[in-house]
Amino acid sequence: MKSLAERAAAHRPPLAKAVVWSAWPIVAALGIAYLIQIALAPALSDFHGKLLVDIGIAIILGVSLNFVNGYAGQFSLGHAGFMAIGGYTAAALVFYGGLKLFGVPEEGGISGLHGGFLGPGELLLLAGCLVGGLVAALAGWVVGLPSLRLRGDYLAIVTLGFGEIVRVLLQQTDDVVTDPAKIEAAGPLELADHLGGGFGFSFTPDYVDPKNPFWVWLFVVVVLLAAYRLKMSSKGRALLAVRENEIAAEAMGIPTTRVKVNAFVVSAFFAGIGGALYAHELGNSLRPADLGFQKSIDLVIIVVLGGMGSISGVVVAAAGLTILPELFREFAEYRMIVYALALILMMILRPNGLFGIREIWELDVWKRLFHRRAR
Amino acid sequence: MTKFVAVCLQTLTLGSLYALIALGYTLVYGVLRFINFAHSDVVTIGAWLAFVFAGALGWAGTDSPFFAMPVILMLTMAACATIGFTIQRLAYRPLRHAPRLNVLITAIGVSLLLQNLGQLPWVFGTQPQSMPKLLSERALFYVADVKVPMVDLVVVGLAVVLLVALEVLVFHSKMGKAMRAVSYDERTAALMGINVDRVISMTFMIGSGLAAAGGMIYGLKYNQLSQTADALWVLLGLKAFVAAVVGGIGNVRGAVAGAFLIAFIEMFGAAYRSPQMRDVYVFAILIIVLLFKPGGLLGKAAVEKV
Repeated sequence: MKSLAERAAAHRPPLAKAVVWSAWPIVAALGIAYLIQIALAPALSDFHGKLLVDIGIAIILGVSLNFVNGYAGQFSLGHAGFMAIGGYTAAALVFYGGLKLFGVPEEGGISGLHGGFLGPGELLLLAGCLVGGLVAALAGWVVGLPSLRLRGDYLAIVTLGFGEIVRVLLQQTDDVVTDPAKIEAAGPLELADHLGGGFGFSFTPDYVDPKNPFWVWLFVVVVLLAAYRLKMSSKGRALLAVRENEIAAEAMGIPTTRVKVNAFVVSAFFAGIGGALYAHELGNSLRPADLGFQKSIDLVIIVVLGGMGSISGVVVAAAGLTILPELFREFAEYRMIVYALALILMMILRPNGLFGIREIWELDVWKRLFHRRAR
Repeated sequence: MTKFVAVCLQTLTLGSLYALIALGYTLVYGVLRFINFAHSDVVTIGAWLAFVFAGALGWAGTDSPFFAMPVILMLTMAACATIGFTIQRLAYRPLRHAPRLNVLITAIGVSLLLQNLGQLPWVFGTQPQSMPKLLSERALFYVADVKVPMVDLVVVGLAVVLLVALEVLVFHSKMGKAMRAVSYDERTAALMGINVDRVISMTFMIGSGLAAAGGMIYGLKYNQLSQTADALWVLLGLKAFVAAVVGGIGNVRGAVAGAFLIAFIEMFGAAYRSPQMRDVYVFAILIIVLLFKPGGLLGKAAVEKV
């Protein structure tokens, strides 16, 4: 009779295989993002290129919210708060840090870009995304730890309050420092209070533009892979169990509060990255008013329409809800009315969202089309 | 001293406004157990309808007859009660036994619908309007050098009258007893011969009527009506909702207590600390109260049963 540890070791894959299996998604993400960058983006007009980037950011934010709303079944109404935290952290790091490290760029003044594709500025953006994500994740942990003990409705209220507090606090910050000499002289803590207030942080260099969707789509592939792997892992199954029945899950030995807090932290991390990318997109200025309650609601709508817990469903919903408003720009005043009616009808007629909890390839339609009925 | 009295007066009027709106949230939560996000939009529509009625009846200033305000109030409350009934019938009733999240999202949908319908050019439009001053702003009397105008007196008086009426309705009438029974246990209430559908419709109508009164009070006190999708209305609704939660959602007296507590913190925080941070104080109180007393100050903590 072998011990448990020995039996577990027998099932463990060899090291080389484990490394390959862990690493290939990152390679795939880099490859896909690079392909989009060199093959797809140059072929698109600026309008369609911007749409491509917007869709990418919407997917990152939608899928990240899906960790909490879809997998864990908890209702968060403060996702824009995490987005704002990540966005502002990254913006401060990239704008002030870029000027401190590399000086004023020759083109474009203080808001100019430092170097081209994969240049020093873009690497700083990558660092900004990761730091922004980590700070947002920390905020998620601080908010989630006490509040995830509360029941569903109350969690929604606490997250809503959190989002509003973040927005108001950001509105209280001072104007952005635009004098390079002063930035050079000031310490990081001094600059942390100069985030633009109600007018917004409007000097962020636009690293993400229609011709440069690389970073957005890199993180899109990363978040999709993370979401899929989590869903298929034991940790993800624990989340789904909590969603289906919290008491039963607890009885099966799942530490429900810890599992929910983990989901919250992962969700906040990717929301922070989404916010960081949003902050550096051409045409967006980072304003607290745009990252309030309304934005949180928009993100919830993406998750709900796509299907709570369905990754592909959320991707479709994120893309659809980004494209549709552009198509119906002439009917702007009726657009939101149709949107609202669609939401209400959807909840009454198809309460689980477009795809429910299943992925697109798991739908019954395909079985009916391609398979003979099983005996 | 003068400042203190002035801030107290502000607290009273704002608290009355919050109380009227918070009651709508708490009543609906009591019977249906969901947050009616569309409630703040009924307030908005109430304020705008009061403006429209005042214009249609030709009462535009303080020289209008003394019965102008009550008449407009009645009309607005009746109209909003009808709107509340319609929303309940069309959007919420089909989802009575759906998961709570779905009802919540439907409420968000209704909220978006009302906001954007109100902005259409043939409804209220997108231009901000100023509410006619139906009540005099001249000082009636002075308390410690602070003038107390007619508006403030009527606002507080109206709120008190409506609150007492609601108290009588909920705790001393047959309908109120039925409402409390449905709130306690819907299925058993139905078995006891209570018409649950009627009770729920009634609750919505009462809540929407109070919301209309709140909207009109807002118009009379602050005069400026922004477009219906303005974030200002959402914030007003959110704060009233916070009041309901802090007091213990589902608890009628708690909502009133919570409303005055929130108004107190907001007004005194704004006057003596930082005026820009008033929203932060409100939401911070919400989070603190929920962390230490998850059922709200006067609410009971619900025990989850298997």
